[in-house]
Amino acid sequence: MTAVQEQGTPMGYGSMRRKEDARFVRGKGLYIDDVRLRGMLHGAVLRSPYAHARILSVDVTAAEAHPKVRAVITGETLLDRGMAWMPTLSGDQQAVLATDKVRFQGQEVAFVVADDRYAARDALELIDVEYEPLPAVMDARRALDDGAPLIRDDLAGRQPGPAGNHVFDWDAGDAARTEEIFARADVTIAEDLLYPRVHPAPLETCGAVADFDTISGKLTMWSTSQAPHAHRLLYSLAAGIPEHKIRVISPDIGGGFGNKVPIYPGYLCAVIGSIICGRPVKWVEDRSENLMSTSFARDYHMHGEIAATRDGKILAVRVHVLADHGAFNGAAQPTKFPAGFFGVFTGSYDLEAAYCHVTGVYTNKAPGGVAYSCSFRITEAVYLVERMVDMLAFELDADPAELRMKNLLRPDQFPYTCATGWVYDSGDYARTLQLALDKAGYAELRREQAASRERGELMGIGISFFTEAVGAGPRKHMDILGLGMADGCELRVHPTGSAVLRISVQTQGQGHETTFAQIVAEELGISPDDIDVVHGDTDQTPFGLGTYGSRSTPVSGAAAAVVARRVREKARIVAAAMLEVSADDLDWEKGRWFVRGDPDHGRTIAEIALAAHSDLDLPEGAEGHLDASCVYNPPNLTYPCGAYICVVDVDPGTGKVSVRRFVAVDDCGVRINPMIVEGQIHGGLADGVGMALMEVIAFDAGGNCLGGSFMDYLLPTAEECPSWELGETVTPSPHHPIGAKGVGESATVGSPPAVVNAVMDALRPFGVRHADMPLTPAQVWCAIQGRPLRTDLAIT
Amino acid sequence: MQVPSHVEYERATSVEHALELLARFGPESRVLAGGHSLIPMMKLRLAQPETLIDINGISGLSRIAMEGDELRIGALVRHAQLLDSALAGEHFPVLHDAERVIADPIVRNWGTIGGSLCQADPSEDLSAVFGAIRATAVIQGRDGARAVPVREFHLGPYETVVAPDELLTELRVPIRPGGGSAYEKVARRVGDWSVAAAGAVIWLDPASGTPTVSEAGIGLAAVGAGHFVAEEAEDFLRGQPVSDEMFARAGQIAAEHCTPSADQRGPADYKRHLTGELTTRALRRAAARACGQEA
Repeated sequence: MTAVQEQGTPMGYGSMRRKEDARFVRGKGLYIDDVRLRGMLHGAVLRSPYAHARILSVDVTAAEAHPKVRAVITGETLLDRGMAWMPTLSGDQQAVLATDKVRFQGQEVAFVVADDRYAARDALELIDVEYEPLPAVMDARRALDDGAPLIRDDLAGRQPGPAGNHVFDWDAGDAARTEEIFARADVTIAEDLLYPRVHPAPLETCGAVADFDTISGKLTMWSTSQAPHAHRLLYSLAAGIPEHKIRVISPDIGGGFGNKVPIYPGYLCAVIGSIICGRPVKWVEDRSENLMSTSFARDYHMHGEIAATRDGKILAVRVHVLADHGAFNGAAQPTKFPAGFFGVFTGSYDLEAAYCHVTGVYTNKAPGGVAYSCSFRITEAVYLVERMVDMLAFELDADPAELRMKNLLRPDQFPYTCATGWVYDSGDYARTLQLALDKAGYAELRREQAASRERGELMGIGISFFTEAVGAGPRKHMDILGLGMADGCELRVHPTGSAVLRISVQTQGQGHETTFAQIVAEELGISPDDIDVVHGDTDQTPFGLGTYGSRSTPVSGAAAAVVARRVREKARIVAAAMLEVSADDLDWEKGRWFVRGDPDHGRTIAEIALAAHSDLDLPEGAEGHLDASCVYNPPNLTYPCGAYICVVDVDPGTGKVSVRRFVAVDDCGVRINPMIVEGQIHGGLADGVGMALMEVIAFDAGGNCLGGSFMDYLLPTAEECPSWELGETVTPSPHHPIGAKGVGESATVGSPPAVVNAVMDALRPFGVRHADMPLTPAQVWCAIQGRPLRTDLAIT
Repeated sequence: MQVPSHVEYERATSVEHALELLARFGPESRVLAGGHSLIPMMKLRLAQPETLIDINGISGLSRIAMEGDELRIGALVRHAQLLDSALAGEHFPVLHDAERVIADPIVRNWGTIGGSLCQADPSEDLSAVFGAIRATAVIQGRDGARAVPVREFHLGPYETVVAPDELLTELRVPIRPGGGSAYEKVARRVGDWSVAAAGAVIWLDPASGTPTVSEAGIGLAAVGAGHFVAEEAEDFLRGQPVSDEMFARAGQIAAEHCTPSADQRGPADYKRHLTGELTTRALRRAAARACGQEA
């Protein structure tokens, strides 16, 4: 771990303690459930016990008679107001409260507003809903069968293309060329891989406090939101309130991981509750509601293929995917990418061709698809290619490190256009992998493994090399609901030289209040302690689409640097007036402009700021004050990479996996606050261990969610995590103003295949080539028996 | 936030007072000890008692002590307290083995031994342990106390012989020299319930050259073993010489006689396999401890 500077704050980049932590460690954060407004009422959601059922009747008489109940809202109430359906981020519609049918277990059916949370919950039990259960589609692989139950009859006549439970078909790459290469390749391997349904499971569940002012007609919406500006638009579209009459405030957030990108029916129910009751309404979901009804991730059924020469030159990769999107297509991803950035499945290798085809289907499960640090599905892409490369090593009896080394892109190939058209910006992959191998002591580990196999022990060494693509994105290619993904930013230096930076992205624990201050500090030479970072309030910040997909630093971070440079140039003009020289004759050193060749004659940013607000006669180009704004439209994504090595021990008698070591070498370009970067990597690695070994939401044939509590949905603890061994290489992004790349999801993307590869390596003596995550003790034992489980279904 | 339904609360100050409250509020009342099972069930509204009778204020139920040739463990002893007890660990290392893998430190700090047994979860580790070491449960009623062997304590999942107006007050374990014990558990993650677990206690006959098993106790959790024990395997072991092969056969017998069911922790055949494997391992360690070869 990088030591945190004890003496003072770095005047720019470097490890420093997070400014926001002072309030968090004192319990002074302000989370949604801490918001208490005068006269505030409390809401609770009634949810469907069925995965698929027709609603015959909803009787709310008894609930309305409860002395503490102020309103009972049903789908019928919303139909009358044109609010029964809301738009999703993928252009689908989702029921706010069910009117016709329920389509997944846990779907919202009614909403009670009461004086307190207990009464609201009690009243749910007084609502009588009569259901007619329908056959449900719980196995994605059966969704498109003839005669499969039709889930989305509400779309009848609206949806172009194939009907039934089909959502979309999407492909990328050159199918014909890929087929040609497969036809003539020495070696081809095919395998079915499932990336199971997992959940972001933030510590803080989702919630909102809606405060509709009946006099001004303005809605103030406190909510758990990773994208406040996008939410404002969605509320406007769904509730018919003009955007200027909506203020979205996202206070401190206890983790997002993609879970808080979309809006949920509960938020809108709070809005309608506040409109009906004329008082603020708070709704905060409980843990089971969060796990059962909010955005999940993955659920990708992949058929992967890899083609290579006999001596291990990888030629092509091909994959067909069945993507389970649940009952409503609520995936949060740029419009033109229904499969997210899965097209980057070409990985870190120099392929001759590649092709993917993704088919999205509806099932009777909770909606979503892109959440949990998935980097718009690069998590799935990296898992696919890194597993396939390991299977190739398995079949060729090659060392997986050497095989990768032989096929990695070379530095001179950048910028590199991959077989599906993505332009990788930079990287020195061999150096990154070599550093990881050196840190791990790879050769010695292999020797140790050989000796331990002699003793009948199961030690495994797994490698993954990932290329991420983050920082969505260029406006030309990327939008969500028609909104381009550029980010606004505003910087104002106060007369005394301290400053306020207003950003459009929203921290959920990433440390924006620190990192963004450091970016400005680096550019202006003032202390990060003197820079206030404002975010999370649409009335206080410029427009932008929020924080997810590791986009904050690549997009808004760039905007902060650009805006600071603009202020620096304005300061130059003011300094020139102060020093009575031409601006062209000034040189910059961190914190001050000075007369070229006469370093004693200069002015600091604080002095310049005061002068800019004074009666100083300003020349052309300066209007007074010291501020600037910008909108940053990234020219490309940034492409961080990393080499991960995991060492595991498997108990042959029980199937239990222990992660002994984990080496992670990340290249995310220039690091602004290395301590924060390392913290994010630690979190992502733990996520990866969780997904590889224990996390899954399965469903039984009756439609029941089998991951609806933390008793059932297991998150990793410190006990399952080794002491992480981190390293870094730095290949600055050539197109990013400060050379930084995103890092928020790198470890989540890169670590699951490393763990799985390690376990498969351990099981090599049994001839096991693949088993799906999570590799629970039962799954490992079943794999050893030669019959691994299908982990998306109930174990029978 | 998950919120329970309305509940009345009474705080008992003595065993007699608790029994009086239980009688007064009837079968819709529930005893609150550590609450680490009951409160979550109430929050999920799987349990909706009308009255909680809090026994945490009763003194005298939190004792671990030797009396005569018995180890006595009060029903209100916390898991952490049992784990810390040198006395318990000296006589029955199986207790410490099990406590180390029960839940997490926060739960162990407040969850109680009596509560664990009375909850009667089919996966409860302590039910297997106390079954293995043939403890006796002391159950207090208004008309006096009765002693019930732990092997007769459970009537089925979540069901025990403790009547609604009775209170479990103590566990008594007979001490015999020359024994060793151990507990083996596989869970998907630390703090999770067992996929399967086995506890073993073994006494050796030192008279003969190759030690033989004079008595054995085997407890099983989470695999549908009757009364949480593997009697057939115990019967097999009595009089057998100590060897890995005998322990493996005992494990096989335990596996054959349990009735695990499939759930998300694993299929039934895996749990049956684990039962054999873990029984064998627990016996080996218990024997090593009995021979003084392992702490």
